[in-house]
Amino acid sequence: MANLLNIKINGKAYQVESGTTILDACKQNGIRIPTLCYLKDINAIGACRVCVCEVKGVRTLVAACVYPIEREGTEIVTNSEKVIKSRKTTLELMLSNHNNECNSCVRSTSCELQSLAHEYHCDEHRFGGIKNTFEEDVTPYLVRDNSKCILCRRCVAVCKSLQHVHVIGPNHRGFKTSIGCAYENSLNDVACVACGQCITVCPTGALREKDDIDKVISAINDPTKHVVVGTAPSVRVAIGEEFGYPIGTNVEGKMVTALKMLGFNKVFDVDFTADLTIMEEGTEFLGRLTNGGVLPMITSCSPGWINYIEQYYPEYLAHLSSCKSPQQMFGAVVKSYYAEKNGIDPKDIVVVSCMPCTAKKMELNKPYQENKDGIKDVDIVLTTRELARLIKRAGVLFNCLKDDTYDSLLGEGSTAGLIFGATGGVMEAALRTLKEITEGKELEKIDFEAVRGTDGVKRATVNVNGIDVKVAVAHGIENAHTIMEEIKNGKADYHFIEVMCCPGGCVCGGGQPIQPADVRNSIDLKAARAKAIYDTDKKAKLRKSHENVEVQELYKSYLGEPNGHKSHELLHTKYTNRKK
Amino acid sequence: MSKICQVEFKETAEQAKKLQEIIENYKHVEGAAMPVLQQAQDIYGYLPEEVQKRIAEGLGVSEEFIYGVATFYSQFTMNPRGQYNFSVCLGTACYVKGSGDIMAKLKDTLKINEGECTPDGIASIQATRCIGCCGLAPVMVVNSDVYGKLTVDDVPKIVDKYLKK
Repeated sequence: MANLLNIKINGKAYQVESGTTILDACKQNGIRIPTLCYLKDINAIGACRVCVCEVKGVRTLVAACVYPIEREGTEIVTNSEKVIKSRKTTLELMLSNHNNECNSCVRSTSCELQSLAHEYHCDEHRFGGIKNTFEEDVTPYLVRDNSKCILCRRCVAVCKSLQHVHVIGPNHRGFKTSIGCAYENSLNDVACVACGQCITVCPTGALREKDDIDKVISAINDPTKHVVVGTAPSVRVAIGEEFGYPIGTNVEGKMVTALKMLGFNKVFDVDFTADLTIMEEGTEFLGRLTNGGVLPMITSCSPGWINYIEQYYPEYLAHLSSCKSPQQMFGAVVKSYYAEKNGIDPKDIVVVSCMPCTAKKMELNKPYQENKDGIKDVDIVLTTRELARLIKRAGVLFNCLKDDTYDSLLGEGSTAGLIFGATGGVMEAALRTLKEITEGKELEKIDFEAVRGTDGVKRATVNVNGIDVKVAVAHGIENAHTIMEEIKNGKADYHFIEVMCCPGGCVCGGGQPIQPADVRNSIDLKAARAKAIYDTDKKAKLRKSHENVEVQELYKSYLGEPNGHKSHELLHTKYTNRKK
Repeated sequence: MSKICQVEFKETAEQAKKLQEIIENYKHVEGAAMPVLQQAQDIYGYLPEEVQKRIAEGLGVSEEFIYGVATFYSQFTMNPRGQYNFSVCLGTACYVKGSGDIMAKLKDTLKINEGECTPDGIASIQATRCIGCCGLAPVMVVNSDVYGKLTVDDVPKIVDKYLKK
C-alpha cells in the first residue's frame, strides 16, 4: 500500500505518496514549476536548475524534478522571492551564452527558453562577456546549431535511451562543453539514423530540420515544372497542432484545401501507396512463407529503421522486405503511371512529399531509389512542420478553410493505409489483407487489437488460412534492438516483424509538430495522435488495402500483378551494408 | 576546442596485446571507461582515435561516450608528445612579461594549437604553469633545454634549431 505523507506546499496542506518528486507533487495539485532539462520518462537529471524550490530545513535550493518527498511534514515553497531570483539568474546566465537571434529563429514562439525568459522578465542582459562560437553541423536532414544549445541533454537522452544509437553526447568540460559526436565528427560521418527525435525534444532552436521550403516555392513557380504533392498518413492528424487544434485532431480536409491553394498541380494521398505497399509486401511475405524464403520478414517503410539496420545489423539485410517505402513508391508511380496517363515527361515532374519524418529527406537520395533512367522517385521532402510554415507563409488562413478531397488517380486511400501512421498499423493493414485474400472470405473481425497500443514490443500469433503466423511489432530503436538481439541469439521464431524507427511510429516522427515539455509531461503524444487515426479508421467504409479501387486500377491497367516484373522494376529496392 | 590528433596512428604488437588484455579484464565491469582509458594512455602515451574505438567496441558502449569521458578530464590527451615538446610557461610572472605573445608566435610558427602535435610527430606545444625560474621570464622549455628572457623574434629561431636537426 502506498505510504501517504502529509506535506505543505506554499503553506497549504496536501497528501502525496512517499517518493513522489516535488515536480509531480506540485503538478498533481495544480502548481506548475518551470523546467528546461526535464522530460518525463526520458530525462531527469536536475541539470538546468530552472525548477529549483525551497525545502524547509534544507540548506540549498533543490531541483524539483529529481527531489523525492520522503519525509512526513516536508514543507516546500515554489514561488518565494529567493526561488524566483535564482531561476531568473539561471535563465540570464543561459542567455548570456546564447545566440539571441530570436527574430529569425525557426523556434521563435515555440522556444521554451524564450518563453521562460519572457515569463521571468529577463529583459536586461546582465552578464556580458565571451560567447562560445560554433560551426553549424549541416546534414541533408538536420541542422545542429550549438550556439543555441543550453546543454539540457534531452537530445542526448533520446539518442541514447529511446533510439539506442548514442551518436551525440556532451564533450569537453565547463564553459567549453558542447553536445556533439565523437572526435568532433559531423553527424554525416557517424552512424546517425536521421530519425530527428532529438529535434522534437530540443527546447530551443539548436536542432532543426534542414529547411527545403524554398525549393518547393521555386518548383511551384517554375512554369516548366509539373509539381505533384503527396501527404503521409500521420501528417493529417498532427499538422492541426501548428494551427491551434487540439492534439489528435484529423484535419485532412483542410490540409488538402490548403495544398491546392498553394498551387500544386495535383494533391495526392500517400495512403494510396501505403495500400500499394500492403499489396506488394503482403504478396512478398506469402511468397517467403510458402516457398521457404528468408524469415522473419521485416517491414521496410521506415527509413530511420533502414538506416539503423544498414549500419548496425547489416548481416540481416536479407530479412528486410524489398519493398520501397510508401514515399518512394509514391514518387515512382507518379513518374511512371501518372506521367504516362497524362502524357507528361517524368523529367518535368517534381514530386514533393509531406512527411512526419526527417529520415525521408535522406531516403530520397539513397541508391536504388530512382527509375532506370536515373530519375529520382522523389524530389523534395517537407516535414509536417515545414508544410505548416509554408501554408502560413503563403497567407492561407488554415482554420477558415473548407474541406476538400484528394485528386483522383492516386488520391484514394483506405484506412488500412492511414493506420500506417501509428505503431502496429502496417502489421494490422497487412493482416487484414493477408487473411481475407488467402481465406477467400470477408473478415469477421477487422480490428487486430494485439498489435495496437504503445507497448514497446507487441507480439501476437494470428492464424492466416490455417497457418499460425507469429508477428512482432516494435517502435523506437531501443525496442527494435531488443528484437534484433532475439533474432541474433536464435530466440525468435517470428514470421513477420514491423519496425518503426520512432517511438509511437510516424505520428511521433522527427518531423512532427514540436510540443513543449509542459505538454509532453502530461499528455502521451503517441497515444493521443494515434487515437485520431484509429477513430478515423473505425468510422471509415474503405478499411482494407486490397479494396482500394484506384490501386486495383493501377494493377489492372499498368503494373499487372503484385510482385510482377513491372512492380519489381518500380516498387522494390536494394539495401547497402553501411557498417562503420 | 578540438582535441583531434593529426599524427598518424602507429603501435607495436605488444601495445595492441596489452590494450586487448585490459579491455578483456574490464569487459563486464560497470564504470570501466575511466580505468581503461587511464591504462590505455599509459600504454600509448595518449588516446588515439583508433584506441578509443577499440575501447568502445570492447566495452559495448558508444564511441561518443568514450570520447565524452576522454575530453572531460584534462589529464587525458588525444595528442602524443612530439619528439620535441615546446612548453611555454603561462605562470603569472612569465605572463606579465609577455609569454602570451610567445605562445601565440609559437602556435603560428608550428601551425598547431596548444596541446597538439604536428602531423609528422616532431613538435608539440604545451602550456605550463610556473617552472620556478621567474627571474628568466618569459620562459620556454624544449625537452630539457631552458630558454629565458625571450622575445617574440626568438621563437622562430629556437624552433628552427630543433626542426632542422
